Amino acid sequence: MERKTPLYDTHVAEGGKIVPFAGYLLPVQYGTGVIKEHMAVRQQAGLFDVSHMGEVLFTGPTALASLNHLLTNDYTNMPVNKVRYGVMCNAQGGTIDDLVVYKFGEESYLVVVNASNREKDYAHMAANVLEGTKCEDISDSVAQLALQGPKAPAILKKLLPEDQIPKGYYTALPNVEIQGMKCMISRTGYTGELGYEIYTSNEDAPKLWKLLRETGEEFGLIPCGLGARDTLRLEAAMPLYGHEMDETITPLEAGLDFGVKLNKEEFIGREPLVAAGAPKRVRIGLEVTGRGIIREHQDVFLKGEKIGVTTSGTHCPYLGKAIAMALVGAEYTAEGTELEVEVRGRKVAAKIVPLPFYTRGK
Amino acid sequence: MSIIPAELKYSKSHEWIKEEDGVFTIGLTDYAQSALGDIVFINLPEEGDGVTAGESFSDVESVKAVSDVFSPVTGTVTAVNEALLDDPAQVNEAPYDAWLIKVSEVSDSEELLDAEAYEAVVAAEEA
Repeated sequence: MERKTPLYDTHVAEGGKIVPFAGYLLPVQYGTGVIKEHMAVRQQAGLFDVSHMGEVLFTGPTALASLNHLLTNDYTNMPVNKVRYGVMCNAQGGTIDDLVVYKFGEESYLVVVNASNREKDYAHMAANVLEGTKCEDISDSVAQLALQGPKAPAILKKLLPEDQIPKGYYTALPNVEIQGMKCMISRTGYTGELGYEIYTSNEDAPKLWKLLRETGEEFGLIPCGLGARDTLRLEAAMPLYGHEMDETITPLEAGLDFGVKLNKEEFIGREPLVAAGAPKRVRIGLEVTGRGIIREHQDVFLKGEKIGVTTSGTHCPYLGKAIAMALVGAEYTAEGTELEVEVRGRKVAAKIVPLPFYTRGK
Repeated sequence: MSIIPAELKYSKSHEWIKEEDGVFTIGLTDYAQSALGDIVFINLPEEGDGVTAGESFSDVESVKAVSDVFSPVTGTVTAVNEALLDDPAQVNEAPYDAWLIKVSEVSDSEELLDAEAYEAVVAAEEA
């Protein structure tokens, strides 16, 4: 039985096409369709319900040490109100999940994980935290809205004084009040666009959604579903758990080196990652040069020889072309290399292009 | 509500069919295009190819997923709407104008539904 987020009735009223996803009933799109929603985020603004995401609170004198033990990134010198990406590995160096860590005090951190991995993540965390750390799954009491797009700052400025809006990328403000609704706001997102994620209580979520919709209207804001969330993150080459990484793919193979600090003394999975050396397979970007759309889990061929498999792929609305990401042998990654991908029994031509496919203009 | 023109015939798998002098024109219904969402690619057969009743002759890719299009008749493809290769969104915009293929020499056919019977199929899927 799928769960509903506190915004379920709102999505139905907004004309959302509801589908089951990661154990939740969520809108895959609204009436305007994925392409219009995607373009709204690239050019104006879009509003997403991401209340399905999991939130785990780490508190106590050893909270930092527990995070450094569990996760690949180093959280030691992190300032308060900063957000930092990380990966949680199994003992073999495979990826349990990727996540973000918010620091709200020397002994207080919030870890945001993928909805589909929430139970597994929490079990692993609870089993491996150090003495003196309390870890608590608070997902069911937290709603999360993502306000994304170049107009997002202007929309928030209508509702908040400037000092109540986080300025730096990957920073957060934990105690913001929007018309009496207690919120935590961070300048984060999963679209490759400027934007914010706003955490609030389940009770206030529908009211906050309505307020953002009304305030955003003059800026061209529209509600966006999971379909646009996926095409946006793909265009920005952001990895998705279960696609670019899983328990058998290491974060180094997935190209997440920036979030893996092998020079850290210790973390679960470090030894096999160090022992493996440079990854033997790597994540690459593909642009379709033939006719068709490449999807995930399709075989990639170089001159008839299988060299890997795709992990995600779609038609990208902003770029107006079909793109994909793939995991292939490390020796086959030269830009411009012409490959073929088997799509339902048919070979579709593609070439290797640099990642990300899309970068926001400064 | 889906648009279901009274003068056309339909298949249970959401294709529309117009027969004129032994030529069967086949397209996707309004319900099908709406369920698929934004269509970004259509893979069509070529003139002269054979199609078989109940079997796939095309795949249609929306942003979200790929779907098969099934032929309601067995016969030979005599025309392909090549404009759709460059502008597949026509199927979203005008599903009953944006035909996919025309089939002649038809030797077999599925049981085709009239508009009323097809409306019942759509109503059952929407329920």
